[in-house]
Amino acid sequence: MGHYNYWIVVVLMMIGFYIVIAHGNLIKKIIGLGIFQTSVFILYISMANVEGGTAPILAEGISRYSNPLPHVLILTAIVVGIATTALGLALAIRIKQAYGTIEEEEIQKKDNLDC
Amino acid sequence: MVTAIAIVRLKDLFAVIMLSGIYSLLSASFFVTMDAVDVAFTEAAVGAGISTLLLLVAITMTGRAEHPDRHKPILALAVVTVTGGLLIYGTFDMPYFGSGQAPVHLHVAPRYINDSMTEVGVPNIVTSVLASYRGFDTFGEVVVIFTAGIGVLALLSVVPRPVTIAKINSLNDSLHEQHLILRIVSKMLLPFIMLFAFYVQFHGDYGPGGGFQAGVIFAVAIILYAMLFGMITARRVINQSFIQLIAAVGVLLYGSIGVVALLNGKNFLDYSVLSDDPIAGQHLGILLIELGVGLTVASVMIIIFFSFAGRRDYLRHLNDNSKGSNNTSC
Amino acid sequence: MLAHLPVLQVIVPLLAAPLCLFLTRSRLVWVFALAVSALAFLISCLLLQQVMSSGTIIYELGGWEAPWGIEYRIDPLNALLLLIITGISTIVLLAAHTSIQQEIPEERHTFFYILYLLSLAGMLGIVATGDAFNVFVFLEISSLSGYALIALGKDRRALWAAYQYLIMGTIGATFILIGIGLMYQMTGTLNMEDLSKRLPEVEHTRTVFTAYAFIIVGICLKLALFPLHLWLPNAYAYAPSIVTAFFAATATKVAIYLLIRFTFSVFGLTFSFTALPLQILFLTLGLLGIFAASTAAIYQKNVKHLFAYSSIAQIGYMIVGFSVSTTTGLMATLLHLFNHALMKSALFLALAAVVYRIGSVQLSQFHGLGRQMPFTMAAIVIGGLSLIGVPLTVGFVSKWYLIMAVIENGWWPVAVLILLGSLLAVVYVWRLVEAAYFKPPLPGRDTIKEAPLSLLIPVWILVIANIYFGIDTRLSVQVTQAASMSLFGVSP
Repeated sequence: MGHYNYWIVVVLMMIGFYIVIAHGNLIKKIIGLGIFQTSVFILYISMANVEGGTAPILAEGISRYSNPLPHVLILTAIVVGIATTALGLALAIRIKQAYGTIEEEEIQKKDNLDC
Repeated sequence: MVTAIAIVRLKDLFAVIMLSGIYSLLSASFFVTMDAVDVAFTEAAVGAGISTLLLLVAITMTGRAEHPDRHKPILALAVVTVTGGLLIYGTFDMPYFGSGQAPVHLHVAPRYINDSMTEVGVPNIVTSVLASYRGFDTFGEVVVIFTAGIGVLALLSVVPRPVTIAKINSLNDSLHEQHLILRIVSKMLLPFIMLFAFYVQFHGDYGPGGGFQAGVIFAVAIILYAMLFGMITARRVINQSFIQLIAAVGVLLYGSIGVVALLNGKNFLDYSVLSDDPIAGQHLGILLIELGVGLTVASVMIIIFFSFAGRRDYLRHLNDNSKGSNNTSC
Repeated sequence: MLAHLPVLQVIVPLLAAPLCLFLTRSRLVWVFALAVSALAFLISCLLLQQVMSSGTIIYELGGWEAPWGIEYRIDPLNALLLLIITGISTIVLLAAHTSIQQEIPEERHTFFYILYLLSLAGMLGIVATGDAFNVFVFLEISSLSGYALIALGKDRRALWAAYQYLIMGTIGATFILIGIGLMYQMTGTLNMEDLSKRLPEVEHTRTVFTAYAFIIVGICLKLALFPLHLWLPNAYAYAPSIVTAFFAATATKVAIYLLIRFTFSVFGLTFSFTALPLQILFLTLGLLGIFAASTAAIYQKNVKHLFAYSSIAQIGYMIVGFSVSTTTGLMATLLHLFNHALMKSALFLALAAVVYRIGSVQLSQFHGLGRQMPFTMAAIVIGGLSLIGVPLTVGFVSKWYLIMAVIENGWWPVAVLILLGSLLAVVYVWRLVEAAYFKPPLPGRDTIKEAPLSLLIPVWILVIANIYFGIDTRLSVQVTQAASMSLFGVSP
């Protein structure tokens, strides 16, 4: 018991992070970023949990609720995440159009040839 | 949650996107077991819904195969290991998972749980924190979405080409034959999806939901329509610049609620001025700002989807015109 | 209305941005954006004056008191930053209308101004807030609009630069988010003031150490601290000139602000400098940054690249001042922050004028410009002198204080290294001067005229500010002194 939950989160986070920095495909990088962020969300939600608590919607006869604050923060963070994804994809589309590829190495090669 | 590892290995982007959708859905169900119903709702709608959709539209333009990488992953692996190691190291002094004695449960949060009913008067604590106690964060969030919408527009907007009615009709006929059942079923479903969006919008005070989720659902309804009946028809139903204005109106509605409070001598976003009874004021304020959130989110999602799809049509058009002639030099 | 100044500072540009969509003509949008920015500047002047006379201002958003709601907390440090950001933004906007005619297609002008205002509002929000999570939200507003603004550049490499910036920036922001989460987990609060009270109880824990490390790394990514600077040169070089002028003067400054705020106010000096070997780490990275980036600047063929690398070097100077961690050191950092904003906005705005006339910033294209565009080139030369740190310019003032701070600590070798770094600046500025004044004009370029007044006036406002604040240092010294003293908890 204890911390196992957080360890899984860390592993997931690092998988996402690895995709972002190790892969050359622009779309895959964005997906990796998404996984990285989603895992951070899980970290926040995990810390909000109380044993024996319920969802933070007030009702008769319940006194133990999960902490609502991290939920609020993560709602905001999810929105930020989708906003970043959308913008990143828009950039990837334009890059594909301008360079004809979305592989990091090839783009860099073309840049070095330029001008 | 082995999905994540599969994503690293797979080269076919289509499969990767599907898996990442599954990953989001799994996290959403995890959030439900963690009692975070609002978050789960949003993650399911956004992570598994909208973002998967956007990714799919994007790969239709960028190609779906990932090249085998000749990178040296050792450096990346080292960075990741160090970061992960540091995080694991950090977890050792964390309070135990689920412990009621953790500082997060003892400071700040108790007031939300104990007093929000008397101070804000809304049973869903998440809503009262989101919209009232930390209303300014939510305002920022709406602006983030608005920024993304404008950013995508600035990057992808193309001048729409005039389309003749005949072309639409011919397109419609061809679609009719292809997706007849889908189109009829979805036509029946659409009103219900929209109705559900409105329910989520106005019921956020009592159950999970609120402006953001409602906005996403509403946008999905429109996108579904656009996908089945063709972009051109959808464009005719929904005017582009009109949606842009709606997005702006959403932000302005939220902001003006804050300004009303200012003009009445209270602090920005203090809803208690909206009515004689502070609780009723809070209620009204939350209702209005949720509406602002819903408007902006729905319209920005539609804008983003239309820009993506519009770009695809534009590219196809370019390809038709200049086949073979490659002009990507600088 | 005076009591509401802190929030007005942020929401005026924030609400003005969507309003732009309702205006139809590009010129109208420009006038509107300019007016809004000028108004924000006025507000920041009033705020600074209020803070200096009556101390820290606290503003509770939504009427909820601090750890439960979000508060704005304006002390001399924030007020100084707000003044720099709004001031530079207004002057740069003055030149925007002319400059973007050449660089951005007509139908995107409205979007440009909206994104510009959003970016401005985002930065102001980061600086004004006293809530850690609110920082993240506004950071994203300013970053997202920043990515889009950079991608508006003409060259296709702008897209690639913006994409790289997006990835790095998002990693940085996510690191900050992790850090904030861990801090919250240990203390149960998000308010900075409250955090600083509750962190000491748990500061020995490994979790807090990790939180601090993540926040610092995240900020350093945004800051483009050597060796995390790789995204910066291309982003600055290929963005529209106006955007470069604005960002070079403000974006990294906001990151420095965050670094100072988290290190001094939230975690507290004793923790920050004992938990990690931060002093020696930052000193080394700062000095390495100065030398590596200055040397790289010497070999650049693109003048925007040259000044971008010089920016990384200047960040190095600020970090050195920061690592001294005395009031004088911090004062030097803040002074340099103020002064560097003036120099770089003047330089990049002058480059915008060059782009307007000759459409390129390759060094080889600068030949003979000294005679063809005398006022623009003179501005670049004065800006360059200021970069080097020649007396009578602002650059001298901050270098002077920096060396004083270092010597006060007895770090003689560091002082020598700083002077050597300035010599490298002499070399790269000289290359520019040589090209512009001592090479004959390129063939077929006799018709190049001086830049239009709408560009020259803003450039020269900044140049004169460079000289004025180099001679009359009362304002800048007084405010930075108050700011650094309040951070060290000494009453001035």
